Amino acid sequence: MADNGIDVRYVAKLARLELAEEEIPHLQKDLESIVGYIAELKEVDVTGIEPTAHAAALTNVWREDRAKSSFTREEMLANAPGIIDEELIKVPRVLPGEGSN
Amino acid sequence: MSNEKNLSGLPLSRLSEGLCSGAFSSVELVRDCLAAADRLDGGIRSFIEIDRENVLQAAAASDERRAKHAQLSVYDGIPFGVKDCIAVKGERLSCASKLLAPVKSPYDATVIARLKAQGFVPFGRLNMDEFAMGSSCENSSVHPTANPHDLTRVPGGSSGGSAAAVGGKLIPVALGSDTGGSIRQPSAFCGVVGLKPTYGRVSRYGLVAFASSLDQIGPIAPDVESAAVIFDAINGHDPMDSTSLPGRESDFASAVRSAKSLNGVRIGLPREYFSQNGLSASVGKAMDEAVALCRKLGAEIVEVNLPHTKYAVAVYYILATAEASANLARFDGIRYGDRKEGKDLIDGYFKTRGAGFGAEVKRRILLGTYVLSSGYYDAYYLRAQKVRTLIRRDFEEASKVCDLLLTPVTPTTAFRFHEKSDPLQMYLSDIFTIALNLAGNCGISVPCATEPGTNLPIGVQFIAPAMAEKKLLTAAAAFELGRS
Repeated sequence: MADNGIDVRYVAKLARLELAEEEIPHLQKDLESIVGYIAELKEVDVTGIEPTAHAAALTNVWREDRAKSSFTREEMLANAPGIIDEELIKVPRVLPGEGSN
Repeated sequence: MSNEKNLSGLPLSRLSEGLCSGAFSSVELVRDCLAAADRLDGGIRSFIEIDRENVLQAAAASDERRAKHAQLSVYDGIPFGVKDCIAVKGERLSCASKLLAPVKSPYDATVIARLKAQGFVPFGRLNMDEFAMGSSCENSSVHPTANPHDLTRVPGGSSGGSAAAVGGKLIPVALGSDTGGSIRQPSAFCGVVGLKPTYGRVSRYGLVAFASSLDQIGPIAPDVESAAVIFDAINGHDPMDSTSLPGRESDFASAVRSAKSLNGVRIGLPREYFSQNGLSASVGKAMDEAVALCRKLGAEIVEVNLPHTKYAVAVYYILATAEASANLARFDGIRYGDRKEGKDLIDGYFKTRGAGFGAEVKRRILLGTYVLSSGYYDAYYLRAQKVRTLIRRDFEEASKVCDLLLTPVTPTTAFRFHEKSDPLQMYLSDIFTIALNLAGNCGISVPCATEPGTNLPIGVQFIAPAMAEKKLLTAAAAFELGRS
């Protein structure tokens, strides 16, 4: 990886994003240009400046500690791509091994 | 369509009057909106989906309430359009993304629940740039939307469908969301009013997150009063959103109705916004006229400095993409969405996301992942958060010498499809709107002129400090009145 450069293949792995071979040169070029632009922040003197994470200065927001009803199981599972026995979300194999998915 | 009453583009005050006096019913109003959509939306394509049966049923229920004098408010029975990233129970919630195309929302966003509580009727899903990432609506995976004033041009984005539907008079009002200008920029392009409230003033519960520290829901409307009516209904604390500010107010519309002049209002013109290279001659001239009108209406005009303006685009595209890369990590195809099978769990994530996200979303996830990655976090993300502090301080300093700021919304009028093919050029067109989101202030885009030759709308932006919506809306209303 070039110094301060962006390696699209590597970053795509971090982001768990499959890219088609033909997408990569375009993304590499676009992102190099964008990274070149945002690098101009290096010229700003930020010595002693606190970072701002949020525009609203709220801290320690808690909800009331009380149980209340929420969504039903049917509602929560309605969008799942695969369901087993009307109550389990079907997922692909997690650990490598024998047998089917 | 001979019995159409052309009600679909009227401001809320007129619709409320008509419904209350019995001049027309909610069903007639909704039928007019459907007829307008049939007539015009083949060209504009602002809606992704309209559930006609449901909308007509809700309108009939409103008419029944009125017949029994049990209306929920004077606005009971007025339809509103919803950007496709705001949850309405039982309706699609796709953010105009292929990945979420199969999703139906199991609940109402707080803003929707509050509007329904006043009898407003959700009317259809409005197009947007995928996951609200874009300034032209060209990044929708469903279809592009056109500008109602010129179908060869973009409506702006990301709330392009909302602004086009209101600007095209298909629907009286709509909800949009604004992370870096996504309400104000399309409103300017489509000749309508768009309000970006103070960060935290409108609940984000039920808004699909793009950049959580910047996103805000707001109204897009034909006039300032209509926007204030919607803001009356949707603002206020919500325990379901931990960034929601305390308090709730409901007299914005009444304050707007009594707005007459700008006497005693001190308006600041940020030098940095008027010296931008990209500012077109027609927008520059419209700004001069807007300033002259403010003066005529009694405002005192002062020049102010926002010295860190030139860093706002860079700060925004670091922070917004960083937050987006984290927020969009949940879209893995396991619990919802269009799952693509892989050879194992992890491979399935790669395939689902690779196939489900469009080009701009991929670009931003990659940029956000990069600025958060080991070795770059301090140089980009942390530094951008510090410059965000400096940008916020710029606005705080300016607010010591003026009540409001007046700026352009966009450097140019609506551009043509494919005109901005370089993503960085597209980002730079957000220069006038994004600093405000970083600072958390409120802002409004109000139509101020049409461009000679093209007849395209031009908008002016008023900016106020956090929680100063009343000042913002009354000034915008006085300006609107002064123009008419």
